[in-house]
Amino acid sequence: MKSGVLNLVVKRLAVAVVTLLIVLFAVFFATSMLPGDTASILLGQAATPEAVAGLREAMHLNDPAILRFLRWLLGLLQGDLGTSYANDMPVAALIGGRFVNTMKLAGITTLISVPLALTLGITAAMLRGSLYDRTVTILSIGVISVPEFMVATLAVLLFAVYLRWLPALSSVNEAHSLTDLVRIYAMPVITLTFVISAQMIRMTRAAVIETLSTPYVEMALLKGASRSRMVLRHALPNALGPIVNAVALSLSYLVGGVIIVETIFNYPGIAKLMVDAVATRDLPLIQSCAMIFCLGYLFLITAADIVAIMSNPRLR
Amino acid sequence: MTMARTVSSRRSFLGHSYNLVGVVASLVILAWTLVAIFAPYIIPHPIGDIVDDDYFGPMRQGLWLGSDYLGRDMLSRVLMGARYTVGISLAAVCIACFSGVVLGMIAAVTGGWIDTCLSRFLDAMNSIPSKLFGLVVVAAVGSSIPVLILTLAVIYIPGAYRFARALAVNINTMDFMTVARVRGENTFYLIGSEILPNIIRPVLADFGLRFVFIVLLLSGLSFLGLGLQPPLADWGALVRENIGGLPFAAPAVIVPSLAIASLTISVNLLIDNLPQKIRDRDA
Repeated sequence: MKSGVLNLVVKRLAVAVVTLLIVLFAVFFATSMLPGDTASILLGQAATPEAVAGLREAMHLNDPAILRFLRWLLGLLQGDLGTSYANDMPVAALIGGRFVNTMKLAGITTLISVPLALTLGITAAMLRGSLYDRTVTILSIGVISVPEFMVATLAVLLFAVYLRWLPALSSVNEAHSLTDLVRIYAMPVITLTFVISAQMIRMTRAAVIETLSTPYVEMALLKGASRSRMVLRHALPNALGPIVNAVALSLSYLVGGVIIVETIFNYPGIAKLMVDAVATRDLPLIQSCAMIFCLGYLFLITAADIVAIMSNPRLR
Repeated sequence: MTMARTVSSRRSFLGHSYNLVGVVASLVILAWTLVAIFAPYIIPHPIGDIVDDDYFGPMRQGLWLGSDYLGRDMLSRVLMGARYTVGISLAAVCIACFSGVVLGMIAAVTGGWIDTCLSRFLDAMNSIPSKLFGLVVVAAVGSSIPVLILTLAVIYIPGAYRFARALAVNINTMDFMTVARVRGENTFYLIGSEILPNIIRPVLADFGLRFVFIVLLLSGLSFLGLGLQPPLADWGALVRENIGGLPFAAPAVIVPSLAIASLTISVNLLIDNLPQKIRDRDA
């Protein structure tokens, strides 16, 4: 029986690897479809045709696309991300510090939003139909229905303009003390927490409600178990799989969220780097950033699927 | 969206599940649709005209929603913005749902390797985060209305496909499908006359949800400056160009956000308040 689960997990991992290849392929081709010749763009208008031809040769631009893709892939495997067009620095150096910044932002958000959303989602499901449940549901639908930048805008209006608690812009380099740090991260983290939590609350609530409507929970109720015992002892262990699944899926919304949040708050992470790279059409930089985001996203949704497989007792 | 609305309102008017929230939501959607169609005739000032001496002006008589960062009339700009936001999203969602649903039904009916290939490929597409896909495409081919419509459509085809295929697979096991096959009907008859009528209601509800996703994504891209390019401006672009007014809580930055929220929340509420029969996923 155990091998059934293992089989499914291995299959799911294989699908993830194939997907990753397709995604890398898509990213590579979308960016190399760019109209205009890279070599002549790089050399500017004054370039002689000979110089352009020479650079094309040096950059292997005359090779068929599939060969360039394979070469790019090989470079990736060796940790060579290429060189930025815009400022001639290795992409890896540009990304390094900013990657850490983005991970910090995502990590802090996760640490805050997961406990918050699980508490709200589970209690809302326990008190289904109450005023509390309806308030939580309406608020989370509201947050899901509006664009991330609107959540960010409202947070700035509330905390920076009306209450004057926090600065609207953050700059990580000025962090000297703990209070500075809190003030810098507060606004982006609040915005992201709202966006992520709303998703997570809805999914958690749905998962718990589904478990609560099963016959064995009814049985627990009928034999006289208290409401909290019914939820904590009988329902929750069975809802754990779907809940972890929901958490992983919701965290994948971080990928879209950080792009907006880093831009609006001018936060020096890779998402901001990528948006700027799109503006300057800096292809190697875009490719690498896109790859990092796709990897993170793919990792989370694959993890969500695997948790769902593992937690299905019928497969154990 | 228009189709989804007519179906739903007829249902709720004839049936007894007449619901106030649903009616209000449909009225808001109807209002924005009318604005989108008639915007050029009802705007008080041409959108490019500078009518206020001050920038980020407050709401006052004549300039009901204040002025933007150049002193242009905000009301006119929001009304015209409705055109682009609603129009582009609607076009994209039509393409996405049409292609997704047709492919989904074909995959369910034919099965075999066509089904496997389509499903694998579209699942892989689904694993690219939507904003990222938008960013990369805009970086590659630049931003224009046709590119935006196609990109948004392509991003949401896999979702529509998955949804329609799951529904169609259930219908495909019914006896009337076997009968139709034995009669020797071809695939197009099967998907058009046997499957589609049986899945149309949940598909329309899904259409509405996908419309919301597309509005949000389009606004997000425009907000990043990668969507509609000036002088055109949809609601997301309006928020972007007036973001400087945020410290003064200028109406110019709040109103377009509220416009997006009113549209997306209305569509969500309308779908949530549809009778169970329509939105039920396993109809």
